[in-house]
Amino acid sequence: MNMPDYTIPLVVAIPLLGAFLTPLVSRINDKLRNVFVIIVLALNALLVFLLASDILTTGIKTYVFGAKDLTYPIVRILFEVDAMSIFMAIISSILVLAAVTYSWAFMKENTGLDKYYTLILLLTAGMLGMVFTGDMFNFFVFLEITSIASCALIAFWTDVGESVEAGFKYIVISATGALFVLFAVALLYGQYNALNIAQLSSVIQYTFLDKIALVLLIVALAMKAGIVPMHMWLPDSYGSAPSTISIVLVSATLASLYGVLRVVFTLYGNALSTIANFDISVNVFIGWFIVALAVISIIVGVTMALIQSDFKRLIAYGAVAEIGYMFLGIGAGLTALGTAYGRTALNGGIFHIMNDALDVGLLFLVAGAIYYATRERSLDRLGGLARNMKYTTAFFIIGLLAVAGMPPLNGFASKILIYESTFQLNPILAIVAILCSILLLAVFVKVFHSAFMGPQLPKYKDVKEVPRSMLFVMGVIACIIVFIGLFPEFVINNVVEPAANALVGYSEYVSQVVAGGI
Amino acid sequence: MTEMSKIVRTITSITFPFAMIYGLYVIAHGHLTPGGGFQGGAVVASACAMILVAFGSKWTIDKIKEKKLSAFESLGAIGFIALALLGLVFGVAFFNNFLTGSNFLFGNIPPTGSVFADINTGGVLPLMNFAVGLKVIAGLFVIVLVMAYATTSFKGVKK
Amino acid sequence: MIYNIPYIAVAALVLIGLYALVFKRNLIKLVIGVVLIESGVNLFLIILGYREESIAPIYTSSPGGVMSFPVPQALTLTSIVIGVAVIALMLSLVIHIYRHYGTLDVRKVRRLKE
Repeated sequence: MNMPDYTIPLVVAIPLLGAFLTPLVSRINDKLRNVFVIIVLALNALLVFLLASDILTTGIKTYVFGAKDLTYPIVRILFEVDAMSIFMAIISSILVLAAVTYSWAFMKENTGLDKYYTLILLLTAGMLGMVFTGDMFNFFVFLEITSIASCALIAFWTDVGESVEAGFKYIVISATGALFVLFAVALLYGQYNALNIAQLSSVIQYTFLDKIALVLLIVALAMKAGIVPMHMWLPDSYGSAPSTISIVLVSATLASLYGVLRVVFTLYGNALSTIANFDISVNVFIGWFIVALAVISIIVGVTMALIQSDFKRLIAYGAVAEIGYMFLGIGAGLTALGTAYGRTALNGGIFHIMNDALDVGLLFLVAGAIYYATRERSLDRLGGLARNMKYTTAFFIIGLLAVAGMPPLNGFASKILIYESTFQLNPILAIVAILCSILLLAVFVKVFHSAFMGPQLPKYKDVKEVPRSMLFVMGVIACIIVFIGLFPEFVINNVVEPAANALVGYSEYVSQVVAGGI
Repeated sequence: MTEMSKIVRTITSITFPFAMIYGLYVIAHGHLTPGGGFQGGAVVASACAMILVAFGSKWTIDKIKEKKLSAFESLGAIGFIALALLGLVFGVAFFNNFLTGSNFLFGNIPPTGSVFADINTGGVLPLMNFAVGLKVIAGLFVIVLVMAYATTSFKGVKK
Repeated sequence: MIYNIPYIAVAALVLIGLYALVFKRNLIKLVIGVVLIESGVNLFLIILGYREESIAPIYTSSPGGVMSFPVPQALTLTSIVIGVAVIALMLSLVIHIYRHYGTLDVRKVRRLKE
């Protein structure tokens, strides 16, 4: 389907407009506000899907703000949407829509919900802006919008000391990270007098200052993506925020991961094949760096998850390990850029972004359902819930099997790609990845046993199944998980492969903007 | 925050209009001189903060309700995005300056050279400045107000 | 050397800010650390656009002499606006933390442990 060009800014503008209309709608009626927010986000998701079907068939779309066409030299802000951007946008809109629908019942007893929904919509606008923008400074602005909104949401339960503490930790980390992104942007701007990603990519020389900028960008964005050893904020924020916010945060984290990909593959795409120090080319250098971080993340995430007793912190450490798997695939793909197995690794890493978002999202929703029913988060005090909460138990089983990479669910589909390709890069990597995956299964089986199995505890005798709207959301996500698990080829061919193509073929991205290409 | 002495309150009452007018001037001339919605809004908001310091937070929060300020803040933001969307409707693109050169509101073409500028130029920019100014005034003032109120009503650690 | 002084100031501001973030234990001082880094980065952007003996870029054509480059100034302004929001949020969280724990010392404000 052919979408008009102005769909691209509308995807960011609709949540933004909705965000500021929400407080006004909220003055009329609370139910009306909930319906309004869901409609806005559903409309937005619909636009994203239509845009996706258009971009996946016709290729990259650009949109210039404030004028009909691009004039040279480029001073205008530009949105440039390729298959990778739209892939991330699909994930974000699914997760946010799920979170908002789930919130209706889950957050019913809270006050100040007009601000809650305003912030969620702002966060959506920020994430979609981050993945759509074609301008480094604009990227920084959307990064800050995302981090401010998510910090306020993490600390939404201000009557709990821990969540305020987690919010403060998050804002210090993300403000510092974002300022280093700005510093790197300034370094690039001072040298090349350009802010546009495509334009910068066509002129970048890989000078000493560019190396500093690259380090600052990768470290700051990887910190916001929650890679070990910069992960300390992640379990705190995921664990202390309301469950609905945890799953929105998962997608905000993935937007930062997208930032890393965009910087490495597109902004420095021209420099990737040049020789860095010690006769190693740049892609091998950065690739092994990312692989090393990824392996540490997987090991630390899994081992820390083993010893947690708080349900949500445990899932959060699982999420750290999952982010490690993505980075492992992407790093291996970068190291072996141009080879067949490198391509498989990249596919696996990108595919795993989607699978991780769905699996971890489902687990957070199950944790939220348990908290809703029992007001308890500690695994030591939970037990025997399977008797009263049949559907939630079923969804938890699906989530745990998917996250541990068991066939035939979606986690397996992407992890097998990562295993087989990293085995060709270095067998040790694949062995570590498989072992940690098994450990992850052990962790979640332990959770399953202690929360759902066992004798029925007297205090949970009257626990009821959660409301239908929450079950519906979990059910839909579980269905998507099973669908992707059964037909991985469908998703890989239609969405993942074009996204990987868009990352590797950076010259197409550049030639959309810079006349004549490279 | 408690009320301050009579001298402070009198001086505040005298200087408040000047600070207010200066801030509004900066907002209105945002498209001609350095300044604009945010800077002028910050000036006005600091004038309001001056009132807060002089008259105390209890007095101020009785006069100005936090809810009303939040509504104004939303209105400012909606105005900004609506102007951007109008660019798509009446002009060629999102954020398009569709009013410039239209002989309508702020529609004149700016004179070239180092001459005195014409206030009736800029298209949607002055309107956007007003929207941003409204948002910044309301936003900054509500932040200061709520913070001051929160610290006054604080009666020791809960737990 | 004289032209490098702004860059040295940038480095000093960022490094002092990082020092405050890493070694200070008072929450307000952490906020000040972030503010210092932000000022350093903003100063860096501003001096990128400055030319010697330039005038403010407010004319459609210059009355004589060069005008400094306006784009970095616009970027800095945006970054300042964002900075205001971040600092307001941080300080309100500090107020909340003080209400819960009765202290601003990070060593005592640690209920979230590994």
